Amino acid sequence: MDKILTHDAVINNLSSGMTIGVGGWGARRKPMSLIRAICQSDLKDLTLVSYGGPDVGLLCAHKKVKKLIFGFVSLDMIPLEAHFRVSRQNNEIDVMELDEGMVQWGLRAAAMDLPFLPTRVGLGTDVLTHNPELKFVTSPYSDEENLVAMPALNLDVALLHVNKSDEKGNTQIVGPDPFFDELFARAATKTFISSEELVSTQELGGKEGAIFNRFERSLVTGVVHSVFGAHPTSCAPNYGFDMKHLKEYSDAAKSFKEYSSKYMNKTHEEYIDSVGGSEAIKNIPLPQF
Amino acid sequence: MSDSISLAEICISAASKAWKDDGEILATGIGLIPRIAAGLAKLTQNPDLMMTDGETYLISEPAPMGKRDVSYDQVEGYMSYSRVFDNLWGGKRHAMVTPTQIDCFGQTNISAIGDYTSPKVQLLGVRGFPGNFINHKNSIFIPNHSVKTFVNGEVDMVSGMGYKNKQLSNGKFEIKVVVTNLGVFDFNGTDNSLQLLSLHPGASVDDVKLNTGFEISISSETITPMPSEEELILIREVLDPQGIRNSIFGE
Repeated sequence: MDKILTHDAVINNLSSGMTIGVGGWGARRKPMSLIRAICQSDLKDLTLVSYGGPDVGLLCAHKKVKKLIFGFVSLDMIPLEAHFRVSRQNNEIDVMELDEGMVQWGLRAAAMDLPFLPTRVGLGTDVLTHNPELKFVTSPYSDEENLVAMPALNLDVALLHVNKSDEKGNTQIVGPDPFFDELFARAATKTFISSEELVSTQELGGKEGAIFNRFERSLVTGVVHSVFGAHPTSCAPNYGFDMKHLKEYSDAAKSFKEYSSKYMNKTHEEYIDSVGGSEAIKNIPLPQF
Repeated sequence: MSDSISLAEICISAASKAWKDDGEILATGIGLIPRIAAGLAKLTQNPDLMMTDGETYLISEPAPMGKRDVSYDQVEGYMSYSRVFDNLWGGKRHAMVTPTQIDCFGQTNISAIGDYTSPKVQLLGVRGFPGNFINHKNSIFIPNHSVKTFVNGEVDMVSGMGYKNKQLSNGKFEIKVVVTNLGVFDFNGTDNSLQLLSLHPGASVDDVKLNTGFEISISSETITPMPSEEELILIREVLDPQGIRNSIFGE
């Protein structure tokens, strides 16, 4: 079984109007080479589900987003995501703004093939005011409590970046926090992975390595070998955020042309050279919080 | 030592008292002053508190501000984001946060300012505020007490619930303390209104009234206690040896 794909082959599996979930968190372990490939494609009118970082901002800057389902969009050390802000402030995108945990609950409902999961979260807030499609459910037990019925966030596709994979889609996330990538994979019809390392099954490290296998290969449709594929976001323990690049990217919200001509419309290898090359990225220290 | 005590240090000392009676829960201080305050609480008020390295691990001693050698962190447990959610839904957490707006009901906003459809200022998004405020105790630190933060009417986008919806939280909603650059407050005034507990040195009741967009109760005009010698040593030598705290008020 060989699931190895190119960036272009992944794009050929996507279509306009799809609901796409993006793994990672803020400026951490985002599948950025796949995101750039979408930016450079004809795809449009996407609905995104994300613990958002520059994935959301870059797609907003390229006018690919119809609707964003989110709890936040942030570049971590740069708290506010400038490109996302421009899109919101100019009313260019629809939003379903949710608590972070509601996003998790929606993905989990989808993962469990349930229509919804109940929660108190959202009650007493404008999350309900601005999302009139959210409905309620009354506990059938004696407490009869009225709860939010968080609907399943079913995804057409999940895009995730991992540290290691073999050609069958046995993946490992070795960084300390796997975030919610497992739920994105389970909530999606198809999951495409970009991986720092492509290794043989034997090289996955046996029982010790298997602890880092966060979801099973049957969920994985395709794997792209993408060294430094999370840049400019971090990919612990391999490399940290590229703060200098994130700042340049953030400043480009005022005028995107220069950033775009320097870094966009390139193959992944050309992109890596344009941001300083492999050696430079390898030496970016891990962030400290 | 006492004549050179900074406003940041007064706020840290006052804020650290928030976690005094919490027992063995997760203390999360988000932002400079709340984070140092949570660390001080663990070293003085409540050694049973759990706290993270700011990322994924629970550590036995609070992480000092600024660059540090993380190989010295004494890791005692694991706290991924997924586990933070599990923890907070169970209510075993007390966070101190800095919303952009807060209103007379204790409702907070970190989402957007102005019209929601095309906001004047898009902020972070509601993040975990809806879940935090309905599931566990929170405290608040506001470095710029003004009518722009303590707004007249309701906040533009209610991200964290307030006292007017307290009955929805299964008894778990509480804003324990509000520390600002002017004084210390809580929401235990009449009908859960904001009340002044103490003024920081140099601040007056008029300053507070002029800079708050709604009626507040004045239960006391005492002066906020100064940090103790022990607290000052811990703040200055252990928790923030580089003095990053003093950037918050430009001291």
